[in-house]
Amino acid sequence: MSDVAQALGGASFTGFARVEELAPQGMISFRGDLSDPVVQEALRAATGLEMPAQRGIVQAEERALGWMSPDEAILLMPHAALGGVLVELRAALAGQHHLAVDVSDARVTFRLSGPGAREVLAKLAPVDLSPAAFAEGELRRTRVAQVAAAFWLSGAEEIALICFRSVARYVFDLLAVSAAEGGEVRAF
Amino acid sequence: MSRYRIPGKGRVDPSAPVTFTFDGRRYQGLRGDTVASALLANGVHLMGRSFKYHRPRGAVTAGSEEPNALIGTSRGPGRFEPNTRATVQELRAGLVTESQNKWPSLAFDIGAVNDRAYMLFSAGFYYKTFMWPRSFWDKVYEPFIRAAAGLGKSPTEPDPDTYASRNLHTDVLVVGGGAAGISAALVAARSGARVVLVDENPEMGGSLLSDPSIRIDGQGSWAWLADQLSQLRAAGVKLMTRTTAIGYYHQNMLGLVERVTDHLDQPPQGAPRERMWHVRAQQVILAQGALEKPLVFDGNDRPGVMLAGAAQTYLNRYGVKVGDCAAVVTSHDSAYYAAFDLVDAGGRVAAIVDTRPTVRADLVEATRKRGIELLTGHTATATYGRLRVKGVRVNPVSGSRVGAGRKIACDALLISGGWTPSLHLFSHTKGSLRWDAESRTFLPDHKTEACQIAGAGRGLWGYGPALEDGVKAGMAAANALGRNATPTGARVEGDRPGTGTSQKELPTDRSAGKAKAFVDFQNDVTAKDIRLAVREGMRSIEHVKRYTTNGMATDQGKMSNINGLMIAADALGKEPPQVGLTTFRPPYTPTSFGAFAGYHKGATFELTRKTPIDPWAEAHGAVFEPVSLWRRAWYFPKAGEDMHAAVARECRATRASVGMFDASTLGKIEVAGPDAVEFMNRMYTNPWTKLAPGRCRYGLLLGEDGFIRDDGVIGRLSQDLFHVTTTTGGAARVLNMMEDYLQTEWPDLDVWLTSTTEQWATVAVNGPNARKVLAPLVEGLDMSDAAFPHMSVAECRVAGLPARLFRISFTGELGFEINVPARHGLALWKAIHEAGQAYDICPYGTETMHVLRAEKGYIIIGQDTDGTVTPQDAGLDWAIGKAKKDFVGKRSLSRPDIVAPNRKQLVGLLTEDGSKLEEGAQIVLDPNQKLPMTMAGHVTSSYDSTALGRPIAMALIQGGLSRMGETVHIPMPNGTIRAKVTSTNFYDPEGERLKA
Repeated sequence: MSDVAQALGGASFTGFARVEELAPQGMISFRGDLSDPVVQEALRAATGLEMPAQRGIVQAEERALGWMSPDEAILLMPHAALGGVLVELRAALAGQHHLAVDVSDARVTFRLSGPGAREVLAKLAPVDLSPAAFAEGELRRTRVAQVAAAFWLSGAEEIALICFRSVARYVFDLLAVSAAEGGEVRAF
Repeated sequence: MSRYRIPGKGRVDPSAPVTFTFDGRRYQGLRGDTVASALLANGVHLMGRSFKYHRPRGAVTAGSEEPNALIGTSRGPGRFEPNTRATVQELRAGLVTESQNKWPSLAFDIGAVNDRAYMLFSAGFYYKTFMWPRSFWDKVYEPFIRAAAGLGKSPTEPDPDTYASRNLHTDVLVVGGGAAGISAALVAARSGARVVLVDENPEMGGSLLSDPSIRIDGQGSWAWLADQLSQLRAAGVKLMTRTTAIGYYHQNMLGLVERVTDHLDQPPQGAPRERMWHVRAQQVILAQGALEKPLVFDGNDRPGVMLAGAAQTYLNRYGVKVGDCAAVVTSHDSAYYAAFDLVDAGGRVAAIVDTRPTVRADLVEATRKRGIELLTGHTATATYGRLRVKGVRVNPVSGSRVGAGRKIACDALLISGGWTPSLHLFSHTKGSLRWDAESRTFLPDHKTEACQIAGAGRGLWGYGPALEDGVKAGMAAANALGRNATPTGARVEGDRPGTGTSQKELPTDRSAGKAKAFVDFQNDVTAKDIRLAVREGMRSIEHVKRYTTNGMATDQGKMSNINGLMIAADALGKEPPQVGLTTFRPPYTPTSFGAFAGYHKGATFELTRKTPIDPWAEAHGAVFEPVSLWRRAWYFPKAGEDMHAAVARECRATRASVGMFDASTLGKIEVAGPDAVEFMNRMYTNPWTKLAPGRCRYGLLLGEDGFIRDDGVIGRLSQDLFHVTTTTGGAARVLNMMEDYLQTEWPDLDVWLTSTTEQWATVAVNGPNARKVLAPLVEGLDMSDAAFPHMSVAECRVAGLPARLFRISFTGELGFEINVPARHGLALWKAIHEAGQAYDICPYGTETMHVLRAEKGYIIIGQDTDGTVTPQDAGLDWAIGKAKKDFVGKRSLSRPDIVAPNRKQLVGLLTEDGSKLEEGAQIVLDPNQKLPMTMAGHVTSSYDSTALGRPIAMALIQGGLSRMGETVHIPMPNGTIRAKVTSTNFYDPEGERLKA
């Protein structure tokens, strides 16, 4: 659809790691009691994924289910599938207090890739990004410089990062500055 | 080879000469030198002029605590840095350096006239002298003092270098790479912990680098050191040199500054100059050693006078002899070893003068063996020479009597007044200190963070005890992490144990008032200044510090604090612990602004939030204004239009036909759940129970104090779902406030909240033709006034896009706000813009929005309110659900102050002469009263109204609502303006246009 505007038009930068703005994906913010078996079952049925543990994310193909807080989860899927997931969730939880909101457009997704991906992010986020502490399946909600962000490993040398759409340029510029050649730290 | 370089000594590379300049003269040093060691190798001791008296000064230390040898360094345009310590700056090829605080030259400095006027410039001089006449302070005294004071000159060009930052998490952070730190790091690392060892010097080793004669585990100390470093590397320890721990903050977070390129001849492409590390460690081990103090006596600051430990470092680490014939004055054993090393390297030491009556027998023996004269129970009462010390006068002391003086000729005077455990970082954590009466020093006591202190920082002396203590600290850290550590032992031969004492200024044979016995070299504070401060009534050490400036500035009293305390305690007749110690503040050493700024400069200095429609506004020449962190289109000038003309045109077009506005920045919150309506009733002042789905209402949010916090239109989409809008700046604050109440006050309510501010792009379409523009674009909704009246909300499709459509107005015109998913925001904007061409639709910005709303008396939170305005004050009583049992702020609305009659209330103002008032202008009731006048309020909003053909204003005025029709006065520089108090609803007061 030509009128679908990406915040930065798919910007990218290559330094000692690569930074790319990804095409918009479907994203649902789910509020509910994640310890409730009914909620867990509804999420499992809607996403086909197991409920992740605290600070965790479960990914398969183009879908993911992330733990954001004891009462908040994030669901990722192809945008085309979002409507169906919402309908399914609402049906499964009819009469059950919850809130599932399409937030696909509220956020942008960046991909950091290459052997230096962790290094780039470690300059900006107060998170232990060493391989020992931050492995696949871990999700962090934190800040990147001055703004809120969440990220997880989306591959062996690949990090997916989401932030609010309005700060896309700021975050992209920071990631690019941090990935610039000559700024390698090699602490991991 | 420079005259003072001793072949075969030191860790410098004799095969790698490095050329640099100092004050325009070329010198040669060696790779591994600092600027100070290279100058000393060339026989140059005079390196700067002092702060206040412009006294000639040389390097007094060999480390980062240096107060005297502060120089400017440069590496091309924009890369000048003042106040660099010559004792720290490593030589690099082509380094350009200059001395500071001198004119016309370092050797002949006019400012030294201050030294002659010493008696005038005593403590508190500024406070006493420059108080009269009072008006002189701003215009005469302060500029003069500022010009005369200070050391280096600030750089004038932007800094072209880049600075980096980095987060690091570790199990154990060890600060200080000396004997204690190394042994601590190794033990901790071998327990399996992740360990970082950091040292401010170019190489690890600490004082071991200055003590090559020590033997550890059968090896020379340098060989042992190399072996330990390879073991540390093998154990996975991250070794960081040229990295200073500048501050120790809460929860074991430390700031480290790594100097990445300052030592390099040619910095690599793209490399940052410095990197700030934010390290979060589970355990911290402080092994920072101790700092040597000077002795305080007349003339103790002359070039050539330096700490004994510094002379030992110059000799052993840099192969530099600090003079041909040295003398030593000391109160600590450590200075003897410096003298021994000098003699053993072929130098001469005229005498060791000890203030103590007795000295350890083996030291006496070793002194005699080397043919050095030993004078115990002596004091030093003067030094000779001008730009370089030529001798020292020493006198025997018996009881309180100072005997006849005797001059000892020397060209270097090594002094030691004992050592102060370096507890600056510990002090940053508010760790407490206790006074150790035996060593007369402060030692660490109660800890506030998960840290260990090891080695000389705990008052231990000698390598054996330091190594052992390091092992203990490493084990303690490992155990605290739940790991098993294995103790190791080290055998030290030829150790250099020592004790000493801290004391006040040395007894003198002349009038104490005339002596220039320096305590703080960097601030030019003498013993006399401290005694004067006490005489003038300063009792607390904090007051003494501020009155005299002792221990202030960049060195944070590293050399001066304890000596100053000893003197103050003596003057007060108290023991030092009763007088106390001032707090050391971060940073530990001076830190560049660049290191703090890191990536936060230029485009990434601060974030700018942009809406999905922002690119269109930019392409169409919008002028932007910042609104909280957003940038918003302010107005859209056409060719030749200024702001006034553009805004007038936008206002006219909107009132006459139709205008469109990007309202995407408004905060939006989804409030959902079976108790959503009850939650809304409790949060907002308005009643919500009877609001039908499909309808919306203006909502007012108060704080517990009853003052207005936020407002916005709130739509009820279904029984259990509200679409709440907030002000642009209030979005995050309101969501936080809601979550706070929900989680802490009303956990019984079944409500969930999610911010959707950025999910929706919002376009407002206002004006009599608004429906005509929109109706053809809307599917699935009857837009007629009957079916979709003012204050309605519906989900439908607009321009083929899924939308939430509100019929609301912030202009007083027929108005709609269309929300579509952000990705479609630009498409929606373009579609409306195209459809609106038939009606000459006019995009307008925030300024026009402000004018149009002001014409209707709609308030802007934060402009017409300031956190002290109640609903009654703002004329919004109607928004209060009077029948409601409770809502946030309800109780406060009946407080006596809140219902008092003369509160400032929001009213309209129309000037009699038709002039436009200034926002913020003060209002008085009686213009003829005497100055200072009693203010009755101020103007909050003021605009030229095209609709009314005259300026309008809103103002908060005492008792304003009861003053309708009265005249108030606004005194301005060009005369007093008269204005009539009116309603704030200037335009279409019946609201007919809304109902169109």
